[in-house]
Amino acid sequence: MTAKPIPEERLLHRETVPGARYWSMVIRRGNSLRVQDMGGGANVSMLLYNPGNLLERYNMADTLKGQHTSKLTRGNMLYSDMGRVMMSIVEDSVGWHDTIGGITDADHIRRQYGEARYQEHRNAFYRSGRELFLIELEKWGLGRRDLVPNLNFFSKVYADEDGGMAFAPSNSRAGDHVDLRAEMDTLVVLNTAPHPMDTATEYRPAAVDLSIYRAEPVGEDDYCVNFRPENARAYANTAILNCQGYMP
Amino acid sequence: MSGQNLIESTLDPAAAVFRDVVPAGAPWIHELKKGQTLRILDLQGNQAADILFYSLADPTGERYSAIDTIREQGNVYLTTGTRLMSNQGKAMLTIIADTCGRHDTLGGACSAESNQVRYALEKKPMHSCRDNFLTAIAESDYGLTKRDITSNINFFMNVPLTPEGGLTFEDGISDAGKYVEMRAEMDVIVLLSNCPQLNNPCNAYNPTPVEMIIWD
Repeated sequence: MTAKPIPEERLLHRETVPGARYWSMVIRRGNSLRVQDMGGGANVSMLLYNPGNLLERYNMADTLKGQHTSKLTRGNMLYSDMGRVMMSIVEDSVGWHDTIGGITDADHIRRQYGEARYQEHRNAFYRSGRELFLIELEKWGLGRRDLVPNLNFFSKVYADEDGGMAFAPSNSRAGDHVDLRAEMDTLVVLNTAPHPMDTATEYRPAAVDLSIYRAEPVGEDDYCVNFRPENARAYANTAILNCQGYMP
Repeated sequence: MSGQNLIESTLDPAAAVFRDVVPAGAPWIHELKKGQTLRILDLQGNQAADILFYSLADPTGERYSAIDTIREQGNVYLTTGTRLMSNQGKAMLTIIADTCGRHDTLGGACSAESNQVRYALEKKPMHSCRDNFLTAIAESDYGLTKRDITSNINFFMNVPLTPEGGLTFEDGISDAGKYVEMRAEMDVIVLLSNCPQLNNPCNAYNPTPVEMIIWD
């Protein structure tokens, strides 16, 4: 899968996050974050906060019920709990990103993959999604209370007619990518620990490539804003937040 | 575990230690001790009861986790047998009886702001569950704040997921007299908003009272 190249003059920053590592940064309004699965089978757990008011955060339930979906793909927007759009999925080569699977904790990792401590394995030791989220959240003054239902990009969890949950392996291939356009300044906190419903027995979390670039201006005919009437209303609320420019 | 597990209770309301009828659209906050049983009774039918649980010993450290609850049981719906899990991986309560059969934990609670997005920007002044949650915690002394408001349970609410990834709000499958009953596995704070939503079928467009009944 070849991603649409980012024009060199729009590219602001690029870096690689290895498997089972963390990353966070404020993505300024009008910039996009591309997350690319380097080798296939990646999982990127993500949470979003308003850096101007950390009590405002990505809200799984509002995002899903506003768009009548349990999966996310191009056109979908990521809503905060304040009726605003934080980020829009403007590009997606995968088609299904998980919203209901959550994260692993240390017990889960031990049960599924066995134990690999730092003492014996140095930096190849096994880390959980919870540990990685908490480390990165603490850097912003956030913690356990702020750990809410998260996004899992590149992973697919679906429910059968009776509600039974299943994980679809090989949902993401090498080169797959998703582009998130910030509609307001957004603190992105992510990690690359394995998905909690991954059926693998070997601990092999995948690396991802991150690119921050200047997005095209949002036009009247914007695909995400017009994807659903709810999106247009949430975007209107975000415009009110932004009407005075940058709020530190 | 299938989506529905209909089990009737053997408990007699006449032997309850506590009974309280919560009017439509009202908040309610109450402690439930380990071993006690709570029944939520849908008095007139099709009423959504939005609920959050917190550990009484550590309200801001341990709380109900929707995601951990559904993943641990491998099913997105709650019914008899469901262990309501905390964000620390512990069972807080277990559903021991259920005459409705299916309860939601993915749809979340309504708020003034989400009503704007879902229905119309002009809907902001309408009453909402988050207003109830915030009122109840602001007037109590557990140290809870908006930080602690997260994905809740919607008892009696029907929010089906499709295998294709769709999610819809359907007419309730509850009816007058249906109930769900749960046993506390630890001391918990029960935070209820008896949902005031008028814009979708979760309350059959007519919010009504629920009864909260507790046994030792």
